[in-house]
Amino acid sequence: MDQLWQGLRQAIELIFTHDPALWEVVQLSLRVTGVALIISTLIGIPVGALMGLGRFVGRSLIMVFLYTGMGFPPVVIGLFVYLLLSRSGPLGSLGSTFIPALFTPGAMVIAQTIIAFPLVAGFTMAAVMGVDPNIRQQVRALGATRWQATLAVLAEARIGVLVSVIAGFGGIISEVGAVMLVGGNIEHKTRVLTTAIVLETRKGNFDLAIALGVILLGLSFLANLLMLQLQGRTTDE
Amino acid sequence: MNETLYELNDVRKMYHGRSVLHIDHLTIQRGEILALVGPSGAGKSTLLRLLNFLETPSNGRIHFLDTPFSANQPMPLALRRKVTTVFQRPYLLNRSVAANIQYGLHLRGQRNGQAQVDAALQQVGLQTIARQRARTLSGGEAQRVALARAIVLHPDVLLLDEPTANLDPYNISLIEQIIRQLNEQAGTTIVLVTHNVFQAKRLAHRVALLLDGRIVEIAATHTFFHNPADPRTKAFVAGDMVY
Ligand SMILES: Nc1ncnc2c1ncn2[C@@H]1O[C@H](COP(=O)(O)OP(=O)(O)OP(=O)(O)O)[C@@H](O)[C@H]1O
Ligand SMILES: [Mg+2]
Repeated sequence: MDQLWQGLRQAIELIFTHDPALWEVVQLSLRVTGVALIISTLIGIPVGALMGLGRFVGRSLIMVFLYTGMGFPPVVIGLFVYLLLSRSGPLGSLGSTFIPALFTPGAMVIAQTIIAFPLVAGFTMAAVMGVDPNIRQQVRALGATRWQATLAVLAEARIGVLVSVIAGFGGIISEVGAVMLVGGNIEHKTRVLTTAIVLETRKGNFDLAIALGVILLGLSFLANLLMLQLQGRTTDE
Repeated sequence: MNETLYELNDVRKMYHGRSVLHIDHLTIQRGEILALVGPSGAGKSTLLRLLNFLETPSNGRIHFLDTPFSANQPMPLALRRKVTTVFQRPYLLNRSVAANIQYGLHLRGQRNGQAQVDAALQQVGLQTIARQRARTLSGGEAQRVALARAIVLHPDVLLLDEPTANLDPYNISLIEQIIRQLNEQAGTTIVLVTHNVFQAKRLAHRVALLLDGRIVEIAATHTFFHNPADPRTKAFVAGDMVY
């Protein structure tokens, strides 16, 4: 118990003295997760919307893949990306400058994008499917074109779509296994919040580990707060 | 006054091979209030969907302002936007009351419809709840918002699907008054589906009885109620028809 309190006090000190080692890790975490989230949102929302709106060939097959992806162990995705990017792997062996090498932030972005994408697309799809189908007829009666009717459905699903982005963020900011595998937890290069917590705990640096944990919790909290704020704005317009 | 807005010839609607509507001939004149009555499942709502171009006829053709509408002839957007429907269970968007009423104006690219929204709310007696979330309204308020959302568009044709079902007498008389006003002052053509024959009697210029997808009788209101040609109309008006 003593250890925990002492750790917490030192953690707060670290946070407020802007310890450079700490902020480097925080910044990289946010950069990697941020880029991965932007990519998976840009692909995931249109895919989810399309899946939720339309009936087309192969839709149920894609749905099965999405649902499977939502519950897929991230560490297995890490393994998959590792094998793809390793020097003898199908992508790594190409040696292209557009394909990130293993143990770089780029590799972590790829893994996190693959983890977040089914979450964003799946929750968006569920939100769009949850909208009362009568809305289409209603807005068309008010003079909507087909495209305007589709936008109206998405607008009605907006809270669920925001939730999909929160779910994606939550799924990757706190993920350890995949970033450890493809990033390697290299100091000053690929060390992020979660992998740093693992390492510092093992080394017995509980103050630093707790400080990192507090920041991780705070980030999740802030993200959720921001989303709620946005939700409030879209519903009160 | 004698301008034909709609002309239907041999219009049929089938669902899964079952015919639910078959109209040999029907015209609707500009400026009239036409009431559609008939038992549940007679095809009244189906006819309104066709008149709003939300579904295409399986057979035959609808002319609206001399423009044909059929399975392979969609109604041009500009003409489609002259018609709107207030459904029996209107879908209100999950936004404010004002945003709901503004929605149709936004679709037409009109950004600053504040004055029109206020006027429409005033007309239905709801000016105090413009900021309220639409999902928190009572049934009667929601029905009036749906009506305001339609009339703000100044449609040539207003299709009303049982606009007063499940409402209290106060709201019923309020909505009937608005319908009359729209028709008399703005010249709006109104097709009103109602289960209440007394409402048809109070409001309509002509009444049509629909049975099993067919128009059994269509006549001026007075004739329809006091001198119907078809015995089934007599039975329906007398309330003898079981439905
Ligand atoms: N989308 C649809 N698919 C299949 N059948 C339908 C569809 N819409 C309507 N029907 C059928 O068409 C018939 C006419 O329905 P409609 O809703 O037009 O009746 P209505 O006269 O409006 O009845 P009510 O007074 O109960 O509203 C009914 O038998 C109904 O089951
Ligand atoms: Mg009906």
